[in-house]
Amino acid sequence: MNKDLKIVSFKGGVHPPKDGKILSKKNAIQTAPLLERYQVIVSQNIGAPPAPVVKAGDEVKKGQLIAEAAGFVSVPLHAPTSGKIEGLIDIPGPMGVPAQAIAILADGKDEWAELAPPIDWRGADAETLKKRILECGIVGMGGAAFPSHVKLSPPPDKKIDYMIINGAECEPYLTADHRVMLEEPEKVLAGAAILGRAAGVKNVVIAVEINKVDAINAMMEKAAEFGVGIVGMKVQYPQGAEKQLIYAVTRRKVPTGALPADVGCIVQNAGTAAAVADAVRSGIPLIERVTTITGEPVVTPGNWRLRLGTPISAALTFCGGVKYEPSKLILGGPMMGFAQRSIEVTVMKNTSGILLLKKSEITQYESNPCIRCGRCIKACPMNLQPTVLSQLTEAGKFEETLKYNVMDCIECGACAFTCPAQIPLVQHIRRAKAEIRNRSKKR
Amino acid sequence: MLLTIILSILALSGLGIILGLAIGFVSKFFGVATDPKVDLVLELLPGVNCGGCSRPGCADFARALVAGEASPEQCPVSSQEAVTQIAQLLGMTVGDLEKKVAVVLCGGDIHQTKVKTLYNGVNDCISAMQIAGGPKSCAYGCLGMSSCARACPFGAIEMINGLAVVHNELCVGCGVCVDTCPRDLIKLVPAEAKVHIYCSSPEKAAVKMKVCNVPCIACRKCVKSGEEGQFEIKGFRVEVNYDNFPGEDIVEKSGCPKNCLLTTAQHLEIERNADKEENAV
Repeated sequence: MNKDLKIVSFKGGVHPPKDGKILSKKNAIQTAPLLERYQVIVSQNIGAPPAPVVKAGDEVKKGQLIAEAAGFVSVPLHAPTSGKIEGLIDIPGPMGVPAQAIAILADGKDEWAELAPPIDWRGADAETLKKRILECGIVGMGGAAFPSHVKLSPPPDKKIDYMIINGAECEPYLTADHRVMLEEPEKVLAGAAILGRAAGVKNVVIAVEINKVDAINAMMEKAAEFGVGIVGMKVQYPQGAEKQLIYAVTRRKVPTGALPADVGCIVQNAGTAAAVADAVRSGIPLIERVTTITGEPVVTPGNWRLRLGTPISAALTFCGGVKYEPSKLILGGPMMGFAQRSIEVTVMKNTSGILLLKKSEITQYESNPCIRCGRCIKACPMNLQPTVLSQLTEAGKFEETLKYNVMDCIECGACAFTCPAQIPLVQHIRRAKAEIRNRSKKR
Repeated sequence: MLLTIILSILALSGLGIILGLAIGFVSKFFGVATDPKVDLVLELLPGVNCGGCSRPGCADFARALVAGEASPEQCPVSSQEAVTQIAQLLGMTVGDLEKKVAVVLCGGDIHQTKVKTLYNGVNDCISAMQIAGGPKSCAYGCLGMSSCARACPFGAIEMINGLAVVHNELCVGCGVCVDTCPRDLIKLVPAEAKVHIYCSSPEKAAVKMKVCNVPCIACRKCVKSGEEGQFEIKGFRVEVNYDNFPGEDIVEKSGCPKNCLLTTAQHLEIERNADKEENAV
């Protein structure tokens, strides 16, 4: 390991002894073959869903705009390949409810539309860069899908002095960011530098968990060229959570209810940085992403460059299918991902992983009463008391949970993971948070 | 010896007199005047503190009544007799009460509606709704985790085959359950209305038929066999118009092909028997 590497961490958290990354971390990124049909879910970003601008029968080129941003917190959407628009259809959505999607019948030519001209980012001003990032539909690709240009435009009174690129990838099983940083270090570094420039920040740091030494070394070689720093982080979940990451890197604590910008930080994902580099230097919009397809039941787990709108069923066939019937399908990682009930859900901008779990990995549990061991309190990276919060929720005392800062919970699941009584702590806390949000809305 | 006895008698009676004066003083000068009517009204109210009048409890409702901020028929639990008595006491006049009861407008029990996923979590409808909309394949049906049954202060909701069923004879129409249902299935309807269409899904018939054996497919058989205005067509479903509800004979007359137009008694009977059949198996 490089001796110059500074290793930092937050306090608390958990580390699953078997994190499953071994399944796919050695497998290079493969590009998925062209499919006949793509179903691009319209609402792929947090905030307002973009408004479709194509109708059935339209011919589109690869990378052509198919839905335009509808508001500030919204990003446009682009066609993943060239072909004919079949129309707007309802497909099973990632949140369990049907989602609107634009179906595209590929013509097989895979022709690019006319792309925006490359920008010489070293000389470009922040506004040009931000505009390009918006136009290329870039969102946070780690999972939240928050529009990147919004993060880059904090209120003018907030002084930003840190741009942190999140390469922690602390979720078990996922290796997509790892492979991107290892195979395209130059792209990630350039993206990081561009993001730094767009936000007007000198201090750009890529933070990587030290179980990705090869990726760290690959980036270290060229880091100086881009003026980007690299720090190592202890392997601990949720190291990559925004507030934990900021604390680990800068020792600044984001206060309750505040945003990273309030402590002068902006956090962007490593995959996002690579997409930003493509968008700015080549004008390529975000139409594909690297996704880890993994899990014990998968024949050959790996990291695949999948186009938006690729059905999970098709993605699994790229990996040779499954060895036996899986018991659970999760989009994202096992800790914070979303369990799916249909394999017709399609890949979105924030699909960092497609994870299959086998029967023995799914615990069907009965939860037992709290034994007051305090492990959840020790594990909570936000220094909350999950046991108290869950008990108050069960008693219906939602107002009371506010006193225990329930809204600070980042729903990382560390408490429920560590609970020996298998209490669904996070579910209780989510209920309380939803209840409080509803009440404040009513008022 | 004698002195001790006399002294203690004197001391205690002295203490008693002083404290008595103090109490008298406080009650005279710091006392809060209460209307004796409030207590009388409170005695006539049911005293279950269900919150059906949208006040914290019966005591507060009694105070509001006496203050003229509320009217007696706002208490959904009181009988007509009690309401009239309260009104007389307060010198008010009340019209005829329409007794209401709750009804869960869903017939999709575990035998009729498919369960699409395994749910392993908190046994509460609202919590279950947060996870991909709940385990039931019908996105509008009863989740069957008895949130309403737990909330009912009168124990009027029974969970049969994973479906909430209201017992009309126990229900007082306080409406506490209405807010607990994350799927808005519970309606307060006139107690006289015995016929309901047990389906609340606004989906198209084809979609509903895939997930449920007893959906309202808006075939309008009931609309045609009933009188004008007894039913309302709401998109892809039909709803009983509770301002002009049909009589019990409509069930036989219309011959609902999906068995979702039922009387409350029939509905309860079906659920009970389904349970028995399962036990027999």
